Amino acid sequence: MTDCLIAGLGGQGTILASRLLGAAALSLGLEVRGSETIGMAQRGGSVVSHVRLGPGAESPLIAPGRAEVILAFEPGEAVRALPFLKPDGWMIVSDREIKSFGPSDSVAAWLGYLRANVPHLQVLDGRKIAQNFGPRCLNVAILGLAAACGTLPCSVADLQKALEAKFEPRLAGLNKQALQAGAEMAQGG
Amino acid sequence: MGNEAIALGALRAGVTLAAGYPGTPSSEILETLAREKPAGVYVEWSVNEKSALEVGAGAAIAGARALVTMKQVGLNVASDPLMSLNYLGVTGGLVVAVADDPGPISSQTEQDTRHFGLFAGLPVFDPASPEEAYLMVADALACSEKIGRPVILRPTTRVCHSYATVTLLDSLPRPQPRGFRKDGGRWVIFPRLAYANHLKINQSQAALADDFSSYPANRLSGRGRLGLAAGGVSWSYLSEALKDLKTDCRLLKVATLPFPARLGLDFLQGLEAVLVLEELDPVIERELIYLCGRHNLKVEIRGRLSHDRPGAGENTPAGVRESVRAFLGEPPIMARPLTDPPLLPARPPVLCPGCPHRASFLAVKEAARGRKAVFSGDIGCYTLGNAPPLDMVDTCLCMGAGLTMAQGLHRVEPDALNFAFIGDSTFFHTGLPGLINAVHNQAEIIVAVLDNSTTAMTGGQPHPGVGRAITGETRPKVDIFQLISALGPADLQRVSAFDFEAARTAVVRAMAGRGVRVILFEGECVSLARTSGPVCAVEGEQCLGCGLCAEKTGCPALSFNGELAAIDQSACTGCGLCRFFCPAGAITGGGHHD
Repeated sequence: MTDCLIAGLGGQGTILASRLLGAAALSLGLEVRGSETIGMAQRGGSVVSHVRLGPGAESPLIAPGRAEVILAFEPGEAVRALPFLKPDGWMIVSDREIKSFGPSDSVAAWLGYLRANVPHLQVLDGRKIAQNFGPRCLNVAILGLAAACGTLPCSVADLQKALEAKFEPRLAGLNKQALQAGAEMAQGG
Repeated sequence: MGNEAIALGALRAGVTLAAGYPGTPSSEILETLAREKPAGVYVEWSVNEKSALEVGAGAAIAGARALVTMKQVGLNVASDPLMSLNYLGVTGGLVVAVADDPGPISSQTEQDTRHFGLFAGLPVFDPASPEEAYLMVADALACSEKIGRPVILRPTTRVCHSYATVTLLDSLPRPQPRGFRKDGGRWVIFPRLAYANHLKINQSQAALADDFSSYPANRLSGRGRLGLAAGGVSWSYLSEALKDLKTDCRLLKVATLPFPARLGLDFLQGLEAVLVLEELDPVIERELIYLCGRHNLKVEIRGRLSHDRPGAGENTPAGVRESVRAFLGEPPIMARPLTDPPLLPARPPVLCPGCPHRASFLAVKEAARGRKAVFSGDIGCYTLGNAPPLDMVDTCLCMGAGLTMAQGLHRVEPDALNFAFIGDSTFFHTGLPGLINAVHNQAEIIVAVLDNSTTAMTGGQPHPGVGRAITGETRPKVDIFQLISALGPADLQRVSAFDFEAARTAVVRAMAGRGVRVILFEGECVSLARTSGPVCAVEGEQCLGCGLCAEKTGCPALSFNGELAAIDQSACTGCGLCRFFCPAGAITGGGHHD
C-alpha cells in the first residue's frame, strides 16, 4: 500500500490531483481510499488530500509519520505537512510561494528546513510551470515529477491515460505537456 | 466520494424524489443525483431544509421512496416537520440524510444528529465508510417502509468527503407508488392522533432495539477481558489501530439507534472495562452505561465522560490509536520528532480576488467611517468579511439571523447605525420573514442584500433567483428587487457592487434615511464570471509605496513588500476595486464592470 498526502492551498487543484491519482490507480486494479478537504477551507486556506493506494487501508486519513510520499503544492504547506512523512519518505514540492498576509519566515528558510529534514526531496520549478502552462497546471506537473521518481504505484503513462479520460482534448493536451514537463524535472539521487 | 455513494445507493434502492438545501458536507448527494439524471427521478434544491423535508413528506405519504438531504444545522430548520412527521408517519420510504460535521470543519455547531434521533424517537443509521453508506441507504429505506416512519441516515464529514472503492450492485425492485389515499383523519395531526401514535412510536423503537441487534452493520468480534466499542468513522480508525496491538480485545461496532441492546449486553458480559470511540456526543458511551446500570453489570465504561477522550473536535487515526494503546497498557507509538519548524503564515480562508462581497463591504465601511455602527452578518462566503482588514462582520448566528438580530440590537442602542448583510441564497432561505418582521415592526435598520447569483460557499448551487434548476433546466426567476419592493421598505436601492462610487453614495443615502432601508448589491461570484480580459497592474514608477491598496482591500492578488505594491497577474480578475484606494492613480487596467 502507498500512502500519499497532497498538501496545498484552496484553489490550487489538489482535489483534481487526488482524483487523477485515484483514477490511474483504479485503472491498474488497485483499491483506493482517501479523504479531501472541501468547504470553507477551499477559499485559499490550507487543504490536504489523503490518498491511500492498494489493499488494506481502513481509515480514510493517513496517520502522522506514515505517508510514503507528500506532494506539496506550496513550500510553506510542505513544511506544515511534514509531520505526516515517514522517516524515509519522499517529498515533491513546488518552490513557488503563494503570498499571504501576516508574519512568516522566508521561502528560503522553508526550503532549507525541508532539505535538512526530508531524506528524498524533489523540488519542482513551480514558477517555470506557471509561466509555461499556467498556475492551474501545477497539480499535474507535480504528479508527473512524483511518478517519474517512482514514488507512486502508477507511471507517468498511467497518469496520462487518466488525464485523457478526464479532460476534453484541448485541456488534456496542455495538461499532458505539463505532466511531461514535471516528469523531466526529476533530479538524480 | 461518500456522498456519491449515498446518491447511488438511493438510486439503487428506488428513490424517485430527492430534495435538499446545500450545506457542507452534504451538498454532493443531491448534485450526484442531478448529474446521473435517471429517468423517473425528480431532484430539486428546495428553498430551505424545512421545505425540502415537507416536499419529501408529501411524496412519502403518496407512497414514493424519497430522500431529503441537509447538513446538521439544516435539521434545526427542518425539525418542525420532522418531529410531527414521525407522529403522522409515511406509507412510502423517507430517508433524511443529515451530514454531521465533527471539528467542526465548516459549521456553526458540533451537534450530534444521533441525539436528535433519540429526542425525536427516530431510527438513525450511522455509516462508517462510503461502501457501508452505499448499502445502508437501501436498509434505511426498507426500515422506513417497514415501520411507516421517517428514518435518519447520519454520515459525518469523513464519510461524506472520503472516497473508497465501491462495488455497485443491481438495482432493487422499485414498486409503483400507490398514490395518496384520503383516509379520514389519518393524515391530519390532531392531539388525539398524536397521543395514539406516541404509544406506537415507543413500541416501534423498542422493537427496533431488538431487531438492530442482528443487523449486520452492528457486530461483535474478538475476545478478551477488555472491550473497545466504536461507531462511525472512528470504527475505521480503530480497525487501523488494531494492526499494531498485541492485546486481544472484544470489539463492538455500533451503526444504529435505537441502540442494539441485546448485542450490547452480549458484548458487556464478562468484560472488566470498555473504551468507547465515537465523535460528537457520548451516545454509545451513555447507552453502555445505561445497560450496565439496568443489568447490574460491573464494567467500567470509559470515553468522553471519563475524560479518556477529548470532549470536542473530530477524532483522528493517531488520537484513537494512542487512546486505545493507553487503555490497553501498550506503549505509545511516537511520531518522528521534528525540531523548530520555521514560522509559517496563518492560512485562514479568505474572500477570493474579485469577490463582489469585498467591494460591497468596503462601500459600507467607507460610508460609515467615524459613525457608531454595528454590522450583523449571516451565513455564507461573506461571513469571511469579519477578518481584517475588512472587519465588517460583528455578529453571525445562524441562517437568516443577521437581519433580525440587527433589529434587536437597535432597540437597545438606538443611537447606533445597524447594518445587516445577507446573501441571496440565505435571503430566500430564511431572510424573507426577518425582513417582513422589520417592515411590520418599523425597525431602524439598513439591510445590504449581497446578490452574487449563486450559493457560493457550498460550491455554487443555483437558488430561486438564478432561474435554473439543479438539473440545468430553466426555471422562472424570483426577482429579489421586486420581492423586496412589494414588502414596502422605506427605501430600496440597487447598485453594482463593483461601481464603488455609486455603491458608497447609495450607502450614504440610506444612512441619512429612517426606517427599513434596503440596498441590493449586485455582482456575480467570481466562480461564475471568470474574466479573460485585462487584469490590473501597478505602474511601478507611479507607486508611492504607501501600501494602502493591499492594506485596505485585503485582496489576495495584491502584495506589498514595504516599498512597492504588486498584483499577481494569475490571481487578479480585473475587478478594479483596488484603484479606488490608490492615492497616486498607479493602478491601471481592469474595471470590466465600469
